[in-house]
Amino acid sequence: MNRDLSYSAVMSRKNEIMKKAIGIDYSVFESGSIAFDYERMMREAGYSLEEIQDIQSSVSVGNTPIIELRNLTALARKLAPKGKGARIFIKDEASNPSGSFKARRAANAVYHAKKHGYKGVIAATSGNYGAAVASQAAMQGLKCIIVQECYDSRMVGQPEILEKLRACEALGAEVVQLSVGPELFYTFLCLLEETGYFNASLYTPFGIAGVETLGYELAMQFREKIGRDPDKVVVTHAGGGNVTGTARGLIKAGAENVEVVGASVDLSGLHMASDKAFNKKSFTTGHTGFGLPFATWPDRADVPRNAARPLRYLDRYVLVRQGEVFYITEALAVLEGLERGPAGNTSLTAAFSLAQEMDEDQIIVVQETEYTGAGKHPMPQLSFAKQNGIDVRFGNPSEEVPGTNIILPEHPSQIKARDYDLKKAKLSYIKNCVNNNKVTEVNKADIDFLVKDAKTDEKFVTEALTELGIKLI
Amino acid sequence: MNGANKGDWVQIHQIILKPEERAPQVPEDTKEVPLELWVKGFALHNADIGETVEIETVTGRKASGKLLAVNPRYIHSFGEFVPELLKIDAQLKEILYGGDKNE
Repeated sequence: MNRDLSYSAVMSRKNEIMKKAIGIDYSVFESGSIAFDYERMMREAGYSLEEIQDIQSSVSVGNTPIIELRNLTALARKLAPKGKGARIFIKDEASNPSGSFKARRAANAVYHAKKHGYKGVIAATSGNYGAAVASQAAMQGLKCIIVQECYDSRMVGQPEILEKLRACEALGAEVVQLSVGPELFYTFLCLLEETGYFNASLYTPFGIAGVETLGYELAMQFREKIGRDPDKVVVTHAGGGNVTGTARGLIKAGAENVEVVGASVDLSGLHMASDKAFNKKSFTTGHTGFGLPFATWPDRADVPRNAARPLRYLDRYVLVRQGEVFYITEALAVLEGLERGPAGNTSLTAAFSLAQEMDEDQIIVVQETEYTGAGKHPMPQLSFAKQNGIDVRFGNPSEEVPGTNIILPEHPSQIKARDYDLKKAKLSYIKNCVNNNKVTEVNKADIDFLVKDAKTDEKFVTEALTELGIKLI
Repeated sequence: MNGANKGDWVQIHQIILKPEERAPQVPEDTKEVPLELWVKGFALHNADIGETVEIETVTGRKASGKLLAVNPRYIHSFGEFVPELLKIDAQLKEILYGGDKNE
Protein backbone atom coordinates (compact mmCIF):
# COMPACT_ATOMS: atom_id res chain seq x y z
CA MET A 1 0.00 0.00 0.00
CA ASN A 2 1.87 3.02 -1.28
CA ARG A 3 -0.63 5.83 -1.40
CA ASP A 4 0.74 9.26 -2.22
CA LEU A 5 0.01 11.28 0.94
CA SER A 6 1.10 14.66 -0.42
CA TYR A 7 -1.42 17.47 -0.02
CA SER A 8 -2.22 17.71 -3.73
CA ALA A 9 -2.50 13.94 -4.21
CA VAL A 10 -4.88 13.46 -1.29
CA MET A 11 -7.01 16.45 -2.30
CA SER A 12 -7.27 15.06 -5.84
CA ARG A 13 -8.66 11.79 -4.39
CA LYS A 14 -11.32 13.75 -2.46
CA ASN A 15 -14.38 12.52 -4.39
CA GLU A 16 -13.32 8.90 -4.32
CA ILE A 17 -12.53 9.02 -0.57
CA MET A 18 -15.82 10.74 0.22
CA LYS A 19 -17.90 8.29 -1.77
CA LYS A 20 -16.49 5.39 0.24
CA ALA A 21 -16.80 7.25 3.52
CA ILE A 22 -20.44 8.32 3.10
CA GLY A 23 -21.88 5.70 0.82
CA ILE A 24 -24.17 8.12 -1.02
CA ASP A 25 -23.97 8.50 -4.77
CA TYR A 26 -24.88 12.18 -4.99
CA SER A 27 -24.68 12.16 -8.81
CA VAL A 28 -28.15 10.59 -9.09
CA PHE A 29 -29.68 13.78 -7.67
CA GLU A 30 -27.75 16.09 -10.01
CA SER A 31 -29.07 17.80 -13.12
CA GLY A 32 -25.64 18.71 -14.42
CA SER A 33 -26.28 22.37 -13.86
CA ILE A 34 -27.24 24.51 -10.85
CA ALA A 35 -30.35 22.52 -9.99
CA PHE A 36 -30.37 19.29 -8.03
CA ASP A 37 -33.27 17.32 -6.61
CA TYR A 38 -33.06 18.28 -2.95
CA GLU A 39 -36.31 16.66 -1.82
CA ARG A 40 -35.48 13.43 -3.59
CA MET A 41 -32.09 13.39 -1.88
CA MET A 42 -33.72 13.94 1.52
CA ARG A 43 -36.27 11.21 0.79
CA GLU A 44 -34.03 8.54 -0.68
CA ALA A 45 -30.75 9.10 1.15
CA GLY A 46 -32.30 10.08 4.44
CA TYR A 47 -34.79 8.50 6.83
CA SER A 48 -38.46 9.10 7.45
CA LEU A 49 -39.50 11.05 10.53
CA GLU A 50 -40.90 7.87 12.08
CA GLU A 51 -37.66 5.96 11.54
CA ILE A 52 -35.67 8.78 13.10
CA GLN A 53 -37.97 8.94 16.11
CA ASP A 54 -37.36 5.22 16.63
CA ILE A 55 -33.58 5.54 16.23
CA GLN A 56 -33.38 8.51 18.59
CA SER A 57 -35.63 7.10 21.26
CA SER A 58 -33.57 3.88 21.29
CA VAL A 59 -30.55 5.95 22.35
CA SER A 60 -32.43 8.36 24.68
CA VAL A 61 -32.07 11.34 22.37
CA GLY A 62 -34.83 13.94 22.00
CA ASN A 63 -38.11 14.54 23.81
CA THR A 64 -36.47 17.40 25.65
CA PRO A 65 -38.62 19.60 27.87
CA ILE A 66 -40.12 22.99 27.03
CA ILE A 67 -39.61 25.54 29.80
CA GLU A 68 -41.44 28.86 30.06
CA LEU A 69 -39.05 31.66 31.02
CA ARG A 70 -41.45 33.71 33.14
CA ASN A 71 -38.90 36.02 34.71
CA LEU A 72 -37.14 36.84 31.45
CA THR A 73 -40.57 37.49 29.94
CA ALA A 74 -41.37 39.81 32.85
CA LEU A 75 -38.06 41.62 32.31
CA ALA A 76 -38.74 41.99 28.58
CA ARG A 77 -42.21 43.41 29.36
CA LYS A 78 -40.69 46.02 31.69
CA LEU A 79 -38.60 47.23 28.75
CA ALA A 80 -41.26 46.93 26.04
CA PRO A 81 -44.06 49.36 25.12
CA LYS A 82 -47.36 48.72 26.90
CA GLY A 83 -49.09 45.54 25.71
CA LYS A 84 -45.89 44.20 24.14
CA GLY A 85 -43.66 41.37 25.34
CA ALA A 86 -44.39 37.88 24.06
CA ARG A 87 -44.13 34.83 26.31
CA ILE A 88 -40.62 33.36 25.96
CA PHE A 89 -40.13 29.60 26.04
CA ILE A 90 -36.99 27.51 25.67
CA LYS A 91 -36.52 23.93 24.51
CA ASP A 92 -33.95 22.46 26.85
CA GLU A 93 -31.79 20.55 24.39
CA ALA A 94 -28.99 20.44 26.97
CA SER A 95 -30.85 17.47 28.44
CA ASN A 96 -29.80 15.29 25.50
CA PRO A 97 -27.14 12.68 26.38
CA SER A 98 -24.20 14.77 25.13
CA GLY A 99 -25.64 18.08 26.34
CA SER A 100 -26.80 19.65 23.07
CA PHE A 101 -29.17 19.23 20.12
CA LYS A 102 -26.24 17.82 18.14
CA ALA A 103 -27.02 14.42 19.69
CA ARG A 104 -29.95 14.28 17.24
CA ARG A 105 -27.64 14.54 14.24
CA ALA A 106 -25.08 12.18 15.71
CA ALA A 107 -27.63 9.49 16.63
CA ASN A 108 -28.63 9.14 13.00
CA ALA A 109 -25.14 9.33 11.56
CA VAL A 110 -23.79 6.67 13.91
CA TYR A 111 -26.84 4.44 13.38
CA HIS A 112 -26.39 4.72 9.62
CA ALA A 113 -22.66 3.93 9.89
CA LYS A 114 -23.31 0.86 12.01
CA LYS A 115 -26.08 -0.39 9.74
CA HIS A 116 -23.74 -0.20 6.77
CA GLY A 117 -20.95 -2.11 8.47
CA TYR A 118 -18.49 0.68 9.17
CA LYS A 119 -16.23 -0.03 12.17
CA GLY A 120 -15.95 3.57 13.23
CA VAL A 121 -16.93 7.17 12.58
CA ILE A 122 -14.92 10.34 12.00
CA ALA A 123 -16.20 13.88 12.32
CA ALA A 124 -14.46 17.19 11.73
CA THR A 125 -15.75 19.58 14.38
CA SER A 126 -14.53 21.84 17.16
CA GLY A 127 -18.03 22.13 18.56
CA ASN A 128 -20.70 20.22 20.46
CA TYR A 129 -21.05 17.83 17.55
CA GLY A 130 -17.77 16.14 18.56
CA ALA A 131 -19.07 15.15 21.98
CA ALA A 132 -22.37 14.13 20.37
CA VAL A 133 -20.68 11.75 17.91
CA ALA A 134 -18.38 10.42 20.64
CA SER A 135 -21.37 9.80 22.91
CA GLN A 136 -23.37 8.05 20.21
CA ALA A 137 -20.37 5.98 19.09
CA ALA A 138 -19.95 4.86 22.71
CA MET A 139 -23.65 3.95 22.95
CA GLN A 140 -23.74 2.11 19.64
CA GLY A 141 -20.34 0.43 20.01
CA LEU A 142 -18.34 2.04 17.19
CA LYS A 143 -14.87 3.57 17.26
CA CYS A 144 -14.67 7.34 16.97
CA ILE A 145 -12.15 9.94 15.85
CA ILE A 146 -12.86 13.67 16.19
CA VAL A 147 -10.73 16.12 14.22
CA GLN A 148 -10.75 19.60 15.70
CA GLU A 149 -9.18 22.94 14.84
CA CYS A 150 -7.95 23.87 18.27
CA TYR A 151 -4.79 25.90 18.69
CA ASP A 152 -3.09 28.95 17.24
CA SER A 153 0.64 28.80 16.45
CA ARG A 154 1.46 29.46 20.15
CA MET A 155 -0.50 26.29 21.07
CA VAL A 156 -3.05 28.48 22.78
CA GLY A 157 -6.57 27.09 22.48
CA GLN A 158 -9.98 28.58 23.17
CA PRO A 159 -11.27 27.30 26.52
CA GLU A 160 -14.53 26.28 24.83
CA ILE A 161 -12.68 24.02 22.36
CA LEU A 162 -10.43 22.58 25.07
CA GLU A 163 -13.53 21.58 26.99
CA LYS A 164 -14.84 19.80 23.92
CA LEU A 165 -11.54 17.94 23.61
CA ARG A 166 -11.98 16.79 27.20
CA ALA A 167 -15.59 15.77 26.64
CA CYS A 168 -14.74 13.74 23.52
CA GLU A 169 -11.88 11.96 25.30
CA ALA A 170 -14.06 11.34 28.35
CA LEU A 171 -16.54 9.63 26.04
CA GLY A 172 -13.82 7.37 24.65
CA ALA A 173 -12.98 9.06 21.36
CA GLU A 174 -9.58 9.75 19.82
CA VAL A 175 -9.15 13.48 19.26
CA VAL A 176 -6.82 14.74 16.54
CA GLN A 177 -6.09 18.42 17.12
CA LEU A 178 -4.86 20.86 14.52
CA SER A 179 -3.65 24.42 14.35
CA VAL A 180 -5.67 27.04 12.47
CA GLY A 181 -6.36 26.55 8.79
CA PRO A 182 -8.71 25.09 6.20
CA GLU A 183 -6.19 22.33 5.45
CA LEU A 184 -7.81 20.46 8.33
CA PHE A 185 -9.80 18.91 5.51
CA TYR A 186 -6.60 17.29 4.16
CA THR A 187 -5.92 15.59 7.50
CA PHE A 188 -9.58 14.58 7.67
CA LEU A 189 -9.34 12.90 4.24
CA CYS A 190 -6.09 11.14 5.21
CA LEU A 191 -7.80 9.72 8.31
CA LEU A 192 -10.86 8.57 6.36
CA GLU A 193 -8.62 6.82 3.86
CA GLU A 194 -6.39 5.27 6.53
CA THR A 195 -9.21 3.91 8.71
CA GLY A 196 -12.07 3.26 6.29
CA TYR A 197 -14.38 4.82 8.86
CA PHE A 198 -17.66 6.55 8.08
CA ASN A 199 -17.67 10.32 7.55
CA ALA A 200 -20.19 11.42 10.17
CA SER A 201 -20.56 14.75 8.40
CA LEU A 202 -22.90 17.33 9.87
CA TYR A 203 -24.37 17.89 6.44
CA THR A 204 -25.66 14.54 5.16
CA PRO A 205 -29.40 14.01 4.53
CA PHE A 206 -29.66 11.79 7.61
CA GLY A 207 -27.74 14.23 9.81
CA ILE A 208 -30.17 17.00 8.91
CA ALA A 209 -33.16 14.70 9.15
CA GLY A 210 -32.01 14.07 12.73
CA VAL A 211 -32.90 17.67 13.58
CA GLU A 212 -36.37 17.41 12.03
CA THR A 213 -37.57 15.69 15.19
CA LEU A 214 -36.71 18.85 17.12
CA GLY A 215 -39.09 21.03 15.11
CA TYR A 216 -41.75 18.34 15.03
CA GLU A 217 -41.61 17.71 18.79
CA LEU A 218 -41.69 21.43 19.47
CA ALA A 219 -44.93 21.88 17.52
CA MET A 220 -46.52 18.86 19.21
CA GLN A 221 -45.47 20.02 22.68
CA PHE A 222 -47.03 23.45 22.15
CA ARG A 223 -50.28 22.01 20.88
CA GLU A 224 -50.44 19.82 23.97
CA LYS A 225 -49.33 22.47 26.46
CA ILE A 226 -50.81 25.71 25.08
CA GLY A 227 -53.23 24.44 22.48
CA ARG A 228 -51.63 26.15 19.52
CA ASP A 229 -48.44 26.65 17.50
CA PRO A 230 -45.96 29.30 18.61
CA ASP A 231 -45.67 32.51 16.57
CA LYS A 232 -41.91 32.58 16.18
CA VAL A 233 -39.15 30.01 16.61
CA VAL A 234 -35.63 31.41 16.99
CA VAL A 235 -32.74 29.19 15.92
CA THR A 236 -29.02 29.80 16.47
CA HIS A 237 -27.54 29.70 12.99
CA ALA A 238 -24.02 28.56 12.10
CA GLY A 239 -23.65 25.82 9.49
CA GLY A 240 -27.37 25.82 8.67
CA GLY A 241 -28.38 22.37 9.92
CA ASN A 242 -30.18 23.65 12.98
CA VAL A 243 -32.30 26.03 10.90
CA THR A 244 -32.94 23.51 8.12
CA GLY A 245 -33.82 20.55 10.31
CA THR A 246 -35.99 22.54 12.72
CA ALA A 247 -37.93 24.24 9.92
CA ARG A 248 -38.46 20.95 8.07
CA GLY A 249 -39.75 19.38 11.28
CA LEU A 250 -42.19 22.25 11.82
CA ILE A 251 -43.44 21.85 8.25
CA LYS A 252 -43.85 18.09 8.76
CA ALA A 253 -45.96 18.87 11.83
CA GLY A 254 -48.10 21.17 9.69
CA ALA A 255 -46.87 24.25 11.58
CA GLU A 256 -46.21 26.12 8.37
CA ASN A 257 -47.21 29.54 9.66
CA VAL A 258 -44.56 29.68 12.36
CA GLU A 259 -41.97 32.33 11.54
CA VAL A 260 -38.45 30.83 11.52
CA VAL A 261 -35.86 33.35 12.67
CA GLY A 262 -32.13 32.62 12.49
CA ALA A 263 -29.78 34.32 14.95
CA SER A 264 -25.98 34.55 14.92
CA VAL A 265 -23.34 36.34 16.93
CA ASP A 266 -21.92 39.16 14.84
CA LEU A 267 -18.20 38.49 14.32
CA SER A 268 -17.87 40.55 11.16
CA GLY A 269 -14.32 41.64 10.40
CA LEU A 270 -12.64 38.59 11.93
CA HIS A 271 -11.06 36.21 9.38
CA MET A 272 -11.89 32.65 10.41
CA ALA A 273 -8.69 31.12 8.96
CA SER A 274 -6.37 33.70 10.50
CA ASP A 275 -3.82 32.44 13.02
CA LYS A 276 -3.77 35.81 14.80
CA ALA A 277 -7.57 36.35 14.83
CA PHE A 278 -8.32 32.79 16.00
CA ASN A 279 -8.19 33.62 19.69
CA LYS A 280 -9.61 37.12 19.35
CA LYS A 281 -13.14 35.79 19.15
CA SER A 282 -15.06 34.64 22.19
CA PHE A 283 -17.54 32.39 20.40
CA THR A 284 -16.49 29.31 18.48
CA THR A 285 -19.87 28.64 16.89
CA GLY A 286 -23.25 30.25 16.29
CA HIS A 287 -21.51 33.20 14.67
CA THR A 288 -21.48 35.00 11.32
CA GLY A 289 -18.11 33.43 10.41
CA PHE A 290 -20.08 30.25 9.70
CA GLY A 291 -23.58 31.69 9.36
CA LEU A 292 -22.99 33.84 6.28
CA PRO A 293 -20.62 31.61 4.26
CA PHE A 294 -22.88 28.59 4.80
CA ALA A 295 -26.03 30.52 3.93
CA THR A 296 -24.56 31.97 0.75
CA TRP A 297 -22.78 28.81 -0.36
CA PRO A 298 -23.95 25.69 1.51
CA ASP A 299 -22.09 23.32 -0.81
CA ARG A 300 -18.77 24.39 0.70
CA ALA A 301 -19.32 21.58 3.23
CA ASP A 302 -17.50 18.23 3.46
CA VAL A 303 -20.13 16.51 1.26
CA PRO A 304 -20.88 17.22 -2.44
CA ARG A 305 -24.41 18.46 -1.75
CA ASN A 306 -25.19 19.95 1.61
CA ALA A 307 -28.52 18.89 3.07
CA ALA A 308 -28.46 22.01 5.27
CA ARG A 309 -29.83 24.87 3.15
CA PRO A 310 -30.71 27.71 5.52
CA LEU A 311 -31.91 30.24 2.92
CA ARG A 312 -34.57 27.76 1.89
CA TYR A 313 -36.16 28.05 5.32
CA LEU A 314 -35.22 31.35 6.96
CA ASP A 315 -37.98 33.96 7.21
CA ARG A 316 -35.73 36.42 9.00
CA TYR A 317 -32.08 36.58 10.08
CA VAL A 318 -30.87 38.68 13.01
CA LEU A 319 -27.49 39.36 14.58
CA VAL A 320 -26.56 39.91 18.20
CA ARG A 321 -23.30 40.93 19.87
CA GLN A 322 -20.94 38.85 22.02
CA GLY A 323 -21.45 41.10 25.08
CA GLU A 324 -25.22 40.74 24.79
CA VAL A 325 -25.05 36.93 24.73
CA PHE A 326 -22.91 36.84 27.86
CA TYR A 327 -25.37 39.19 29.57
CA ILE A 328 -28.36 37.02 28.67
CA THR A 329 -26.49 33.85 29.71
CA GLU A 330 -26.08 35.46 33.11
CA ALA A 331 -29.78 36.44 33.14
CA LEU A 332 -30.84 32.87 32.36
CA ALA A 333 -28.80 31.68 35.35
CA VAL A 334 -29.82 34.26 37.96
CA LEU A 335 -33.41 34.93 36.88
CA GLU A 336 -34.46 31.49 35.70
CA GLY A 337 -32.11 29.22 37.62
CA LEU A 338 -30.83 27.61 34.43
CA GLU A 339 -27.07 27.53 33.92
CA ARG A 340 -26.51 26.87 30.23
CA GLY A 341 -23.67 27.44 27.74
CA PRO A 342 -23.29 30.85 26.06
CA ALA A 343 -23.18 29.74 22.41
CA GLY A 344 -26.58 28.07 22.70
CA ASN A 345 -27.98 31.28 24.17
CA THR A 346 -27.40 33.24 20.96
CA SER A 347 -31.01 32.63 19.92
CA LEU A 348 -32.25 33.45 23.42
CA THR A 349 -30.53 36.82 23.22
CA ALA A 350 -32.31 37.53 19.94
CA ALA A 351 -35.63 36.26 21.36
CA PHE A 352 -35.36 38.59 24.35
CA SER A 353 -35.27 41.53 21.94
CA LEU A 354 -37.80 40.14 19.43
CA ALA A 355 -40.32 39.42 22.23
CA GLN A 356 -40.45 43.15 22.89
CA GLU A 357 -41.76 43.75 19.34
CA MET A 358 -44.53 41.18 19.79
CA ASP A 359 -47.88 41.32 21.59
CA GLU A 360 -48.17 39.92 25.11
CA ASP A 361 -50.42 37.07 24.00
CA GLN A 362 -47.92 35.88 21.40
CA ILE A 363 -45.35 33.13 21.86
CA ILE A 364 -41.68 33.04 20.93
CA VAL A 365 -39.63 29.87 21.32
CA VAL A 366 -35.90 29.43 21.60
CA GLN A 367 -35.34 25.93 20.29
CA GLU A 368 -32.09 24.99 22.04
CA THR A 369 -29.81 25.19 25.03
CA GLU A 370 -26.40 23.58 25.48
CA TYR A 371 -24.51 22.32 28.52
CA THR A 372 -22.09 24.53 30.40
CA GLY A 373 -18.99 23.87 32.49
CA ALA A 374 -15.28 24.66 32.71
CA GLY A 375 -14.22 26.46 29.54
CA LYS A 376 -17.78 26.82 28.25
CA HIS A 377 -19.15 29.56 30.47
CA PRO A 378 -19.10 33.38 30.58
CA MET A 379 -16.35 33.40 33.20
CA PRO A 380 -13.60 31.46 31.34
CA GLN A 381 -14.65 32.90 27.98
CA LEU A 382 -14.49 36.49 29.20
CA SER A 383 -11.29 36.02 31.17
CA PHE A 384 -9.71 34.38 28.11
CA ALA A 385 -10.76 37.40 26.05
CA LYS A 386 -9.11 39.73 28.56
CA GLN A 387 -5.89 37.65 28.43
CA ASN A 388 -5.87 38.00 24.66
CA GLY A 389 -6.01 41.77 24.78
CA ILE A 390 -9.76 42.17 24.26
CA ASP A 391 -11.21 45.15 26.13
CA VAL A 392 -14.14 43.83 28.19
CA ARG A 393 -16.28 46.67 29.49
CA PHE A 394 -19.79 48.00 30.00
CA GLY A 395 -21.19 50.31 27.34
CA ASN A 396 -23.45 50.23 24.31
CA PRO A 397 -23.11 46.80 22.65
CA SER A 398 -24.01 48.34 19.29
CA GLU A 399 -20.49 49.79 19.37
CA GLU A 400 -18.81 46.43 19.89
CA VAL A 401 -15.95 45.70 17.45
CA PRO A 402 -15.24 41.94 17.19
CA GLY A 403 -11.60 41.19 17.97
CA THR A 404 -11.11 44.52 19.75
CA ASN A 405 -13.66 44.65 22.53
CA ILE A 406 -16.62 42.93 24.14
CA ILE A 407 -19.21 45.42 25.29
CA LEU A 408 -21.55 44.20 28.00
CA PRO A 409 -24.79 46.18 27.89
CA GLU A 410 -25.04 48.91 30.52
CA HIS A 411 -28.75 48.17 30.58
CA PRO A 412 -30.75 45.23 29.16
CA SER A 413 -32.77 47.70 27.03
CA GLN A 414 -29.64 47.96 24.82
CA ILE A 415 -29.91 44.29 23.77
CA LYS A 416 -31.05 44.30 20.16
CA ALA A 417 -31.72 41.71 17.48
CA ARG A 418 -30.32 43.56 14.43
CA ASP A 419 -31.82 42.52 11.12
CA TYR A 420 -29.50 41.19 8.45
CA ASP A 421 -30.99 41.79 5.00
CA LEU A 422 -31.70 38.32 3.65
CA LYS A 423 -31.99 39.75 0.13
CA LYS A 424 -28.26 40.42 0.25
CA ALA A 425 -27.58 36.80 1.23
CA LYS A 426 -29.91 35.54 -1.51
CA LEU A 427 -28.20 37.59 -4.21
CA SER A 428 -24.84 36.39 -3.01
CA TYR A 429 -26.07 32.79 -3.06
CA ILE A 430 -27.31 33.09 -6.65
CA LYS A 431 -23.97 34.60 -7.66
CA ASN A 432 -22.09 31.75 -5.96
CA CYS A 433 -24.29 29.20 -7.77
CA VAL A 434 -23.36 30.77 -11.10
CA ASN A 435 -19.65 31.06 -10.32
CA ASN A 436 -19.13 27.70 -8.64
CA ASN A 437 -21.07 25.79 -11.31
CA LYS A 438 -19.32 27.85 -14.02
CA VAL A 439 -22.52 28.38 -16.00
CA THR A 440 -23.18 31.04 -18.65
CA GLU A 441 -26.80 30.08 -19.21
CA VAL A 442 -29.50 28.57 -17.04
CA ASN A 443 -32.74 26.76 -17.83
CA LYS A 444 -36.21 26.73 -16.28
CA ALA A 445 -35.28 23.89 -13.89
CA ASP A 446 -32.38 25.94 -12.54
CA ILE A 447 -34.62 28.95 -12.02
CA ASP A 448 -37.26 26.86 -10.24
CA PHE A 449 -34.53 25.38 -8.05
CA LEU A 450 -33.16 28.81 -7.14
CA VAL A 451 -36.65 30.13 -6.35
CA LYS A 452 -37.06 27.33 -3.82
CA ASP A 453 -33.50 27.25 -2.52
CA ALA A 454 -33.42 30.99 -1.86
CA LYS A 455 -37.07 31.11 -0.72
CA THR A 456 -37.90 33.87 -3.16
CA ASP A 457 -39.84 34.42 -6.40
CA GLU A 458 -39.10 34.01 -10.07
CA LYS A 459 -38.78 37.75 -10.65
CA PHE A 460 -36.05 38.08 -8.01
CA VAL A 461 -34.08 35.16 -9.47
CA THR A 462 -34.35 36.17 -13.13
CA GLU A 463 -33.40 39.76 -12.34
CA ALA A 464 -30.38 38.60 -10.34
CA LEU A 465 -29.29 36.27 -13.15
CA THR A 466 -29.77 38.92 -15.82
CA GLU A 467 -27.72 41.34 -13.73
CA LEU A 468 -24.93 38.72 -13.72
CA GLY A 469 -25.09 38.49 -17.53
CA ILE A 470 -26.51 34.96 -17.54
CA LYS A 471 -28.59 33.83 -20.50
CA LEU A 472 -32.00 32.38 -19.60
CA ILE A 473 -32.99 29.49 -21.88
CA MET B 1 14.38 11.77 33.27
CA ASN B 2 11.81 13.83 31.48
CA GLY B 3 10.32 11.29 29.21
CA ALA B 4 7.93 8.43 28.63
CA ASN B 5 8.16 4.75 29.30
CA LYS B 6 6.62 2.20 27.02
CA GLY B 7 2.89 2.05 27.78
CA ASP B 8 2.63 5.62 29.13
CA TRP B 9 -0.22 7.88 27.97
CA VAL B 10 1.43 10.62 25.93
CA GLN B 11 0.76 13.54 23.60
CA ILE B 12 2.74 13.87 20.38
CA HIS B 13 3.23 16.72 17.94
CA GLN B 14 3.64 16.68 14.16
CA ILE B 15 4.19 19.30 11.48
CA ILE B 16 1.68 18.46 8.72
CA LEU B 17 2.46 21.26 6.28
CA LYS B 18 5.46 23.60 6.31
CA PRO B 19 4.68 27.31 5.82
CA GLU B 20 5.63 27.10 2.11
CA GLU B 21 3.27 24.13 1.62
CA ARG B 22 0.14 25.84 2.95
CA ALA B 23 -3.01 26.09 0.83
CA PRO B 24 -3.25 29.14 -1.45
CA GLN B 25 -6.49 30.48 0.13
CA VAL B 26 -4.92 30.76 3.61
CA PRO B 27 -4.51 34.33 4.93
CA GLU B 28 -0.99 35.82 5.06
CA ASP B 29 -0.44 35.47 8.83
CA THR B 30 -1.42 31.80 8.72
CA LYS B 31 0.91 31.19 5.75
CA GLU B 32 3.85 32.21 7.93
CA VAL B 33 3.32 29.29 10.30
CA PRO B 34 3.16 25.53 9.75
CA LEU B 35 0.02 23.40 10.03
CA GLU B 36 0.54 21.45 13.25
CA LEU B 37 -1.14 18.36 14.69
CA TRP B 38 -1.41 16.96 18.21
CA VAL B 39 -2.74 13.54 19.19
CA LYS B 40 -2.58 11.29 22.25
CA GLY B 41 -1.98 7.58 22.70
CA PHE B 42 0.10 4.93 24.49
CA ALA B 43 3.88 5.08 23.86
CA LEU B 44 5.10 1.97 22.07
CA HIS B 45 8.66 2.46 23.38
CA ASN B 46 10.63 4.62 25.81
CA ALA B 47 11.42 8.16 24.62
CA ASP B 48 12.61 11.54 25.93
CA ILE B 49 10.62 14.72 25.53
CA GLY B 50 11.30 16.08 22.04
CA GLU B 51 12.31 12.70 20.63
CA THR B 52 10.30 10.91 17.97
CA VAL B 53 7.99 8.34 19.49
CA GLU B 54 5.47 5.92 18.05
CA ILE B 55 2.09 5.64 19.75
CA GLU B 56 -1.09 3.62 19.54
CA THR B 57 -4.23 5.73 19.90
CA VAL B 58 -7.46 4.61 21.60
CA THR B 59 -8.88 3.56 18.24
CA GLY B 60 -5.84 1.33 17.67
CA ARG B 61 -4.23 3.60 15.10
CA LYS B 62 -0.44 3.96 15.00
CA ALA B 63 1.05 7.44 14.75
CA SER B 64 4.43 8.95 15.37
CA GLY B 65 5.70 12.40 16.24
CA LYS B 66 7.76 14.38 18.73
CA LEU B 67 6.99 13.52 22.34
CA LEU B 68 5.41 16.59 23.94
CA ALA B 69 3.97 15.46 27.27
CA VAL B 70 3.32 12.45 29.46
CA ASN B 71 -0.13 12.20 31.10
CA PRO B 72 -1.03 15.66 29.75
CA ARG B 73 -3.54 17.40 32.00
CA TYR B 74 -6.57 19.37 30.86
CA ILE B 75 -5.63 23.00 31.27
CA HIS B 76 -8.99 24.73 30.87
CA SER B 77 -10.89 25.90 33.92
CA PHE B 78 -13.36 28.59 34.90
CA GLY B 79 -10.57 31.13 34.35
CA GLU B 80 -10.02 34.27 36.40
CA PHE B 81 -12.99 35.61 38.31
CA VAL B 82 -14.94 38.15 36.24
CA PRO B 83 -16.50 40.67 38.65
CA GLU B 84 -18.51 42.29 35.83
CA LEU B 85 -20.85 39.30 36.02
CA LEU B 86 -21.82 40.20 39.60
CA LYS B 87 -22.79 43.67 38.42
CA ILE B 88 -25.06 42.14 35.77
CA ASP B 89 -26.70 39.86 38.35
CA ALA B 90 -27.41 42.75 40.72
CA GLN B 91 -28.76 44.95 37.94
CA LEU B 92 -31.12 42.26 36.65
CA LYS B 93 -32.60 41.69 40.11
CA GLU B 94 -32.89 45.42 40.74
CA ILE B 95 -34.82 45.99 37.48
CA LEU B 96 -37.10 43.00 37.93
CA TYR B 97 -37.75 43.05 41.66
CA GLY B 98 -36.74 46.64 42.47
CA GLY B 99 -36.55 48.45 45.79
CA ASP B 100 -34.86 47.13 48.89
CA LYS B 101 -33.25 43.78 48.55
CA ASN B 102 -34.35 40.80 50.62
CA GLU B 103 -37.47 42.41 51.95
